[in-house]
Amino acid sequence: MPNRYPGIELATRIVMKNLGIELVDMEGASCCPAPGAFGPADLFTWRVLGARNLSIAEKKGVDVLTVCNGCYKTLYEVNQDLKSDPELRERVNEVLRPLGYEYNGTIRVRHIAEYLHRDYGVEKLRGAVKKPLEGIKVAVHYGCHLMRPKLRRELGDSERPHLLEDIIEATGAECVEYKDMMICCGAGGGVRSYDLALSLTLTHTKIKNATEAGADCMVNVCPFCHLQLDRGQAELKEQWGVYYGLPILHYSQLLGLAMGIPPKMLGFEAHYVPVDSFLEKLKGII
Amino acid sequence: MAGVIRCGCMSITQSVVKAEDLDLSFAKTLEQLGIERVLTCMQCGTCTASCPSGRYAAYRTRLVLRKVLLGLREEILSDPDLWLCTTCYNCQERCPRRIDVVDLIIVLRNMAFATGHARERHVQISRFFVETGHLVPINEENMKKRRELGLSEKPPTTHSFPKALEEVKALASYFGFDKIVLGER
Repeated sequence: MPNRYPGIELATRIVMKNLGIELVDMEGASCCPAPGAFGPADLFTWRVLGARNLSIAEKKGVDVLTVCNGCYKTLYEVNQDLKSDPELRERVNEVLRPLGYEYNGTIRVRHIAEYLHRDYGVEKLRGAVKKPLEGIKVAVHYGCHLMRPKLRRELGDSERPHLLEDIIEATGAECVEYKDMMICCGAGGGVRSYDLALSLTLTHTKIKNATEAGADCMVNVCPFCHLQLDRGQAELKEQWGVYYGLPILHYSQLLGLAMGIPPKMLGFEAHYVPVDSFLEKLKGII
Repeated sequence: MAGVIRCGCMSITQSVVKAEDLDLSFAKTLEQLGIERVLTCMQCGTCTASCPSGRYAAYRTRLVLRKVLLGLREEILSDPDLWLCTTCYNCQERCPRRIDVVDLIIVLRNMAFATGHARERHVQISRFFVETGHLVPINEENMKKRRELGLSEKPPTTHSFPKALEEVKALASYFGFDKIVLGER
């Protein structure tokens, strides 16, 4: 669970509780660590620190659930690497054991989107929706690391996926197609920090195309994309003088609204792009 | 080895690269580091054509691959453009040779870190992790928001467990990684 946007954390905790899924905290966990920022520093250290986090969940005997594509990439791929490569696993464990940790490969790593889609089930999800968001047009933002690299996932086609569309449409909202839908938000790989202008160029492409397609909001499944798409619009206004005001919602927040959870419990006031006009549109629904 | 190789791209177009200056073992090294099939790159350019950063910046993925095959190690590792990849995986998903292009970029960045070529911003971000256990540490504003929302002021991570933070620091120092990012090396 990333530090950014505590509202996403709260929304996730409430939504999962309402769906009857118990979340268990991983006390003492660190950052996953982020694949695009820390992986490039040193891949072996990245794997060891990812394995430490995995072993915390293993001790509790529970699978890991993430709400972030970055966390998913790190923890899913480290788990996959260590499960399939006993020699690598031993090298990692040699480092972890003196600290009282051991990775055993006993758990799975899940992303909330694929968990809800594949395990909880779209039909059941639809049944949990109390306030169908009818008439709401959603631009879908997958982000890069939920579906890709496809050869390391089991989630099907990464060029024309429908996983997010399925769980978004379960809320009653409609997904709109827009140009370059699968383009990156611009933030990943350390580019947001290193070259903000370039990262905002990608963000602009995305937000402009979604706005022109008539979207009421853009829904993501990654707090880092969320930051880039939300705060990026404030930065585009400041630096380019262009403003779209497209509300950005994490899927947990969208589902929360559809389940009838009051907006004030979903953390929207922390957003850079106000969601007021969007909530106004939902009047009469929620 | 006699003769010269002319490359049809960017900075290396400007000069003649002598065959004896090439390090043809570089790609082999990367192959051993897990980037299988890198030697099969046929310079088709699908990677560059698929790259969103390349659409707006001078970054050319195909050029990185070309330099890898030629073994222009120093030129690759010191190139500021090496850091323009957002790791979106478009190139990797579409590579007809199934080369793990993004994973290659990450391994090259590892090499840049190890040889003092990492960009300052990237070193800074890693520093946050070594110091706090988070690449994006909590701040006052964030704690205030958490309190307002009724969440614990700090998440149940290294932020709340000093012993856990010591463990993370110990792991970072085990690799000498703290020295790279804290500037002692």
